Amino acid sequence: MNEQSLAIRKFSDLANPTRFLALSGAVWPWMAAATALFFAVGLYLCFATVGDYQQGETVRIMYVHVPAAWLSMMCYSVMAISALGTLVWRHPLADVSAKTAAPIGACFTFIALVTGSLWGKPMWGTWWVWDARLTSVFVLFLMYLGLIALNRAVDDPARAAKVGAILILVGFVNIPIIKFSVDWWNTLHQPASVIRLDGPAIDPEFLRPLLVMAIAFTLLFFTLHVLAMRNEILRRRVATLRRLAARSAGRGASGPATAGRGEGHP
Amino acid sequence: MRWRQSRFPRLAGRRCRQADEVRLRSYARAWKDVGMTALLLRDLKLSVRAGGGAMIGVLFFMTVVAVIPFGVGPDLNLLARIGPAILWIGALLAALLGLDRLFQAEREDGSLDLLLMQETPLVLTVLVKCLAHWLATGLPLVLASPLLSLFMNMDVSAIGATMLTLLVGTPAITFIGAAGAAIAVALPRGGLLVSILVLPLAIPVLIFGVSAVYAAIQEPAPFLPPFLFLTALTLVFAVIGPVAAAAALRASTD
Repeated sequence: MNEQSLAIRKFSDLANPTRFLALSGAVWPWMAAATALFFAVGLYLCFATVGDYQQGETVRIMYVHVPAAWLSMMCYSVMAISALGTLVWRHPLADVSAKTAAPIGACFTFIALVTGSLWGKPMWGTWWVWDARLTSVFVLFLMYLGLIALNRAVDDPARAAKVGAILILVGFVNIPIIKFSVDWWNTLHQPASVIRLDGPAIDPEFLRPLLVMAIAFTLLFFTLHVLAMRNEILRRRVATLRRLAARSAGRGASGPATAGRGEGHP
Repeated sequence: MRWRQSRFPRLAGRRCRQADEVRLRSYARAWKDVGMTALLLRDLKLSVRAGGGAMIGVLFFMTVVAVIPFGVGPDLNLLARIGPAILWIGALLAALLGLDRLFQAEREDGSLDLLLMQETPLVLTVLVKCLAHWLATGLPLVLASPLLSLFMNMDVSAIGATMLTLLVGTPAITFIGAAGAAIAVALPRGGLLVSILVLPLAIPVLIFGVSAVYAAIQEPAPFLPPFLFLTALTLVFAVIGPVAAAAALRASTD
């Protein structure tokens, strides 16, 4: 593996985890501040604007629900790009990125499902309908959980990354197919569909807070993702150091001359 | 010759049982002489003979279908209405049941390493293994479905449509399941994980399979569009599945 690094020296320099830690350490407070700012403005707008004349106050759920649903899909796209990075370029940070994005994506999907359910109760009179969108998001949630389960089942991080990347890409190819087939299934079973807000028909009054909240959620995702990546890198370093320490301690036990050095080694 | 040291210890370091030796020798002979046809026959024989467990899937299928009336009640009209869906779900679960064995036996006796070192592209090998697996476990499900349809009080057109859609649709489950099986091959308890990973991906197959059956028995809906989508899914998965499975097998042996 080390011999071929001559050709891609520049690229692997960029991928150096230490450099990433330094860069992200400088950047993340700014990202967190921007997230907080956008959330403050967005939440103010959410409650300052008037409610819908039909839906009343419950329309404000939309400002959390829709951005979360967008992010649930964007997060999977980020994971798919990271999976390509793992498989094609063997980028050392790509597998860290894919692994840490999965729980965040699952959280956003969960938020989208829960808020959708809370919104559905006053609007449709039921917590859950087998609407095409809800069903696809639910399947996406299951796929996130499957990916997390796979990551936890494989103990070697490098192999978990490769195998997980393949599954992410297979899922990425399949998501449009699943979406299309669920749409088909829904029109077959439910000819009279539920009332829904159409994108283009939405009033600017609602659109403004929605866009601000979408930006805020996106910033939140990237902040959390960067922080999770930093944690994962540090966690792997700790694991490596522990392994080294255990190895040198074991060596120290067999030979009394090196015992002191083995214990002192981090 | 690095691979001699790195890949053979599992073969050389362990005392093979006689059955394993027979397996390995016949694998080697199969590839050297007649290639993929021999691999297909080999896998078929292994899965049909004792310890292969191909018929377990059919038994499971029958058991699942037999349990349904106890859950929903013995109302024959209701059973006739939900029959095609029950058969499809039963077949899906039964097809998933045997999937974790697709590469597991090869990994245990070491012949997976031989498969990986072949000159034949690994994707092709995986495709042939999928075909053999489907012939041994999927086809019996298709053949058993008319009998189980009678238990479900389905009429002739529904039985024919169910059998036809199962014939076209179950290979898709095997192909996409091969990817899951290859991903979970190195895990100690991969069986459950394979089902969790594969089931969401198999939802389109279930949707189009069941829609095609209902389109065939309910008059206004045309049969052909969902059936052709089902066929297209099988063909797409015949590409995605083996490619992903080959990549996962290579990754898991590094």
